[in-house]
Amino acid sequence: MDLTSTIVLIISALLLLLSFLKDRKKTLASLKVALNVAKRLLPSIAAIILLVGIIVGFVPPAWVARSIGTQSGALGVVIATFIGAVLFIPAIIAFPLAKSFMDMGAGTMATAAFISTLTMVGFVFLPLEIKELGKRFALTRNAMSLIAAVIIAIIVGVIL
Amino acid sequence: MSGETVAEHPLSEKSWRKKIRWDWVFLLATIPAFVVLVILFRGNKGSKATHVSWEYFKEMAIILPAVLVIMGLVTVWVEKDLIVRFLGEGSGMKGIVLSFILGSIPMGPLYIAFPLAYVLLKKGARVANIVIFLSAWACIKLPIEIVEFQFMGWKFALARYLATLVVVVVMSLAVEKLFFPHGWAAKGVEEEYVGIPSEKVTEEEIVEEIEED
Repeated sequence: MDLTSTIVLIISALLLLLSFLKDRKKTLASLKVALNVAKRLLPSIAAIILLVGIIVGFVPPAWVARSIGTQSGALGVVIATFIGAVLFIPAIIAFPLAKSFMDMGAGTMATAAFISTLTMVGFVFLPLEIKELGKRFALTRNAMSLIAAVIIAIIVGVIL
Repeated sequence: MSGETVAEHPLSEKSWRKKIRWDWVFLLATIPAFVVLVILFRGNKGSKATHVSWEYFKEMAIILPAVLVIMGLVTVWVEKDLIVRFLGEGSGMKGIVLSFILGSIPMGPLYIAFPLAYVLLKKGARVANIVIFLSAWACIKLPIEIVEFQFMGWKFALARYLATLVVVVVMSLAVEKLFFPHGWAAKGVEEEYVGIPSEKVTEEEIVEEIEED
């Protein structure tokens, strides 16, 4: 087990212990929340794990490298941005997927754009967002998030 | 954190399309695809696919329970009223910082954030603050960053986090200035709202829901 996992496990165990000492009922409730979230997430996580296997195993790395690789430049970033905006995947399972693309040669910029739109722009959620926050707010937020994703990608690309 | 489809949103009408659990459909499509591909290409490619999936599974199995426990604890211990109070009052730099912090606190799936954002806007919160709040909620939540850290490495995670922080603030101010110069509730904007009254929305406490189980 690596360092990050160990630290996270220790922190969560300590917090759990602290919570348990303070209030048993609340601790139990929080564990139920965790279990509930786990139940909701498990099908997607299982599917993503298999999907990552399929992608890494069967999609030729040359494809990925050509379409969203470092050499693909601006077009690659745009492609990744829009793929991320159409697909809607929660952040927690977006990272393994993004990493598999990166391992196959996707550029840093494209990967950053992909993650940003994957989580911030959800066309799946657009009707709901319009219903709750109004057309003007929902549309401007989504459109601006698309632009923001590209800018974030460029910054990440410049930094790294 | 919004892994579920719109289907589970309690406010949406129950049409057959919304009742489908897309995550299960997704899983049930992936399993046969995986099995068939691995059997068809039993050589190099098949074993590579199983190996990669297994590695990802191990990594997830180690990190996920810890992340979930932290999320559960925060959900129970940090009250939702706190968010409404601080964001509603927030203005200027303080409001921006607060929006970021509050959006980063894991409180449940994104669809919980939309009604919450509506309540906040209605109470007079700045449009910019709410855009920041939603963006933070969507992609730079703290426990989720652990997963990014784990998979993408600290350099990438940190660079993306900082870039998102800066860009989101600029974007939110631009959205406010360009499209909502007179606030969210200005004439013509509110008429577009066709949702359900906010009272129904605030009842929707995840913790309560779960305690009822």
